Amino acid sequence: MSHLRALEAESIHIIREVAAEFERPVLLCSGGKDSLVMLHLAFKAFWPCNLPFEIMHVDTGHNFSEVIEFRDRLVKEKNIRLVVASVQEAIDTGLVVEEPGPNTSRNRLQTKTLLNAIEKNGFDAVFGGGRRDEEKARAKERVFSFRDEFGQWDPKNQRPELWSLYNGKHKKGEHIRVFPISNWTELDIWEYVKLENIELPNIYYAHRREVFERDSMLLAVSPFVELLDTEESFEAQVRYRTIGDATCTGAVESAAKTVDDIILEVAATRITERGATRADDKFSEAAMEDRKKEGYF
Amino acid sequence: MEILRLATAGSVDDGKSTLIGRLLYDSKTLFEDQLEAAELASIRMGEENINLALITDGLRAEREQGITIDVAYRYFATQNRKFIIADTPGHIQYTRNMVTGASTADLALVLVDVRNGVLEQSKRHAFLSSMLGVPHLTLCVNKMDLVDYDKEAFEAVKAEFREFATRLNIADLTVIPISALHGDNVVNRSETMNWYEGPSLLHHLDELHIASDRNLVDARFPVQYVLRPRSDKHHDYRGYGGQIASGVFKVGDEVMILPSGFTTTISEIRSPENDIELENHIDNEGKDEGAESANIKGGKVEEAFSPMSVTISLADDLDVSRGDMICRPNNQPNIVQDIDAMICWMDSDSNFSLGKTYAFKHTTKWVRAKAIDLNYRLDVNTLHRQEDVTALKLNDIGRIQLRATAPIFVDEYQRNRATGSFILVDESNNRTVAAGMIRK
Repeated sequence: MSHLRALEAESIHIIREVAAEFERPVLLCSGGKDSLVMLHLAFKAFWPCNLPFEIMHVDTGHNFSEVIEFRDRLVKEKNIRLVVASVQEAIDTGLVVEEPGPNTSRNRLQTKTLLNAIEKNGFDAVFGGGRRDEEKARAKERVFSFRDEFGQWDPKNQRPELWSLYNGKHKKGEHIRVFPISNWTELDIWEYVKLENIELPNIYYAHRREVFERDSMLLAVSPFVELLDTEESFEAQVRYRTIGDATCTGAVESAAKTVDDIILEVAATRITERGATRADDKFSEAAMEDRKKEGYF
Repeated sequence: MEILRLATAGSVDDGKSTLIGRLLYDSKTLFEDQLEAAELASIRMGEENINLALITDGLRAEREQGITIDVAYRYFATQNRKFIIADTPGHIQYTRNMVTGASTADLALVLVDVRNGVLEQSKRHAFLSSMLGVPHLTLCVNKMDLVDYDKEAFEAVKAEFREFATRLNIADLTVIPISALHGDNVVNRSETMNWYEGPSLLHHLDELHIASDRNLVDARFPVQYVLRPRSDKHHDYRGYGGQIASGVFKVGDEVMILPSGFTTTISEIRSPENDIELENHIDNEGKDEGAESANIKGGKVEEAFSPMSVTISLADDLDVSRGDMICRPNNQPNIVQDIDAMICWMDSDSNFSLGKTYAFKHTTKWVRAKAIDLNYRLDVNTLHRQEDVTALKLNDIGRIQLRATAPIFVDEYQRNRATGSFILVDESNNRTVAAGMIRK
């Protein structure tokens, strides 16, 4: 059995297990490649039925317009029920407070917005597209990852997880984060996108864009960021390796216009995708671990 | 390209982190930013050389204390295979982590320092691998550079280990002399050990035959999820979703449903491998871009085997639900309520105690099970059976008897890992407290 089919079988097993054992699961979908692969797997798991759960987008308001258009079209075409957890709304209602200054990121505000949406909707299982190869704290996370009533992750006190016997038991108010594609790598994702012809937002492929350099990353010029006096924008041929908040997701210079080009590029690269493109992981050595403990995905 | 899952156990002293670091680095899986981060952390901790353990030890507490607490999963690939490493700490207080890592492994990698010979810790790893039914065991005799690559030193360790291994259930044992530090026999064959005629470690991992490790004899399909769309298009469709635990199922096969005992035939099998239909994609403006996007149609296949996740339809309308088992009438699992098993206790806050009832998960079925008897505790270092015990505590392994509230459909663990394994969950706090392997 090929590695992609074995990974696919494992992921479908996990997704079905959640649908069978939980009252109200939801699938987190950012419009990024990992969540779109996860969504594709979910459709396979339940064919010919509709998805037995909704999808949720945690919307920072700082989006790439291409991604939002893609999301809306997908939802319409595939008849998906979409829940939007809006960071802007959370700011407006006073749930979270935006840090002052021209160039703050809304990344950290996502956590509270997400936890609030989980509580409000009574979600008891939340699918995430996290992969263990992405980051060292994620490498330690279970497929079924327990969250207490505050949404917190306790990495030192995780439930043992053996064979494919997942324990999703929890009390009311607690929930389980589920990572069906834990064992996939970035390359697996791209090879699967090719194998299955999965459509992705076009910003994953090389295009020309107005960018500027900050913290040794290329950020897009957008209404959400103000250039500092020392910064100058220029046009470059770039693509995105990850898709997140537009204020902290960097582009990479690339000429890869097709899935095949990208597979070659990913196979040859010597820098992890988060290392190359995420300012949010650069705060400290344990930035991801700290955010995950608070309830980040 | 196949997947091979390997479990490693050991401490920094054995050179385990160096070995994994080298496998990752030489297969170009270790990235520059990871290496840079580990280098910075090493400097901050006042270490002279870059500490490769800092790459796998991902949690703050692990890096601060210089120990591996939990199972870390690592990935690398060659032209032939994708490897998933479950990396676990080696000390006795982490037995539960080793058991976790070994539960899904195709191969266990045990490391010994050639100067120390076969210590208790290595014996424990080998024993746990054999108990968890890991089909292949590879012993790396490390630090050969420190004994001048001496053949006699290697042969002595090898003989000592083989002697111990005869007491275990190990189907395939390979012993390789290596120097993780210098890379001898790790990726490439060593030029300084001409006397060794076997493969390098990576070559061995790459070429090892694993396809026949799966149980393809006993057809077992635990029903996971019932698919009934009740839509206009698929009005009468009824399918049973699940992952084939073992064996092969074909369209037309006569099958039996447990617990009802009814028999019927398989009318259809649908697999995710074969279900993609391409359609032209129309973009937002209604302009046909000619690009193809995928549409799932639920492709039919003639046969399916473990570990495929498929959907099976049956010729007759029977009452079948999650937790039921589909098998062949002439090859059924044991239907039991009294369970004889080995367990590893995994909880630090409680003990396995007689008379207590636990939630019990086996395949896709939850029941409850009461602790009836504790036969003995096994000393994992000496394999001595200690019979005068009344409880099992964290990291203890013992033979127990349980009584389940409903019949379950099991096979002996050593014959079938998927239908021979279970977990126990404490219902007061929902923690997974034990992993179990059914004896009969």
